[in-house]
Amino acid sequence: MLLAKVVGTVVATRKDSRLEGKKLLIVTPLTPEQVESASSAGAPGPPSGKANYLVAVDTVDAGFRETVLIVQGSSARMATTCKDCPVDASIVGVVDSVTIESEDR
Amino acid sequence: MLIGRIVGDLVATQKAPSHEGRKILVVQPLNLDGSNRGDEVLALDAVDAGVGDRVLVVTEGWGAMTAVGRQNAPIDMAVVGVIDSVALADQHSEHAP
Amino acid sequence: MLLARVIGNVVSTVKNDTLTGKKILVLQPIDSAGKDRGEKLLALDSVGAGAAETVYYCRGREAGFPWYPDDVPVDATIVGIVDHVNVSRQ
Repeated sequence: MLLAKVVGTVVATRKDSRLEGKKLLIVTPLTPEQVESASSAGAPGPPSGKANYLVAVDTVDAGFRETVLIVQGSSARMATTCKDCPVDASIVGVVDSVTIESEDR
Repeated sequence: MLIGRIVGDLVATQKAPSHEGRKILVVQPLNLDGSNRGDEVLALDAVDAGVGDRVLVVTEGWGAMTAVGRQNAPIDMAVVGVIDSVALADQHSEHAP
Repeated sequence: MLLARVIGNVVSTVKNDTLTGKKILVLQPIDSAGKDRGEKLLALDSVGAGAAETVYYCRGREAGFPWYPDDVPVDATIVGIVDHVNVSRQ
């Protein structure tokens, strides 16, 4: 699973029928440290155009700029509403906070 | 899924029987700003996409196989959608790569 | 799938039983213009490809499906021999 931030949406009219009615969101992966520091110091800035990204199917009604949980690969199909859909990434949670226990603190 | 642009197709006479009758598209993956992202990939067509189209490419085997209707076939990528528009949260205008 | 050129082969006598009789080829990935891209790799052949041919190959779990229902321990398989690539360049 990955932590990621929702940065956009994709609209496609002509698509596999199993994708109809599904919300397709663009997410950029984040490290746990980025999420942890963002919650204390405000949201990170907008991603650059060259940022790594994925198009994922939303199963939890996530919104723009929210931090989310992503599953990739065939596991993405195990999420409810994604059963037997041709997807390789899905959003399965909205992240409230991340805390990292570090030894040197 | 990836966002990519179809830049061509390829012809192969001798190939996996499960690839017969499906277009093999050459897809250039794109960055969010529309620039090229890495190397071209090959994907089977499931939505009758053509050169110049901006598309969604699924990169997981089962999804790709079932999208083109070929079970248990050596297919790792398929074009499953033609993109109308992309909207980014931190930009007012839609990007048009 | 990805494009590649066959640049060699591998001979292995002692190998997993499921690989017996299968050709192992050395591939150099290329772009649609024929230029070398990235690291060379080994792939099984499922279509009778030979030296210097342009081919396309499949990666991952799906690479074993040419031999379905047999399970083959492989992560890259040549699944087509390319006659030509149509890409217009400006």
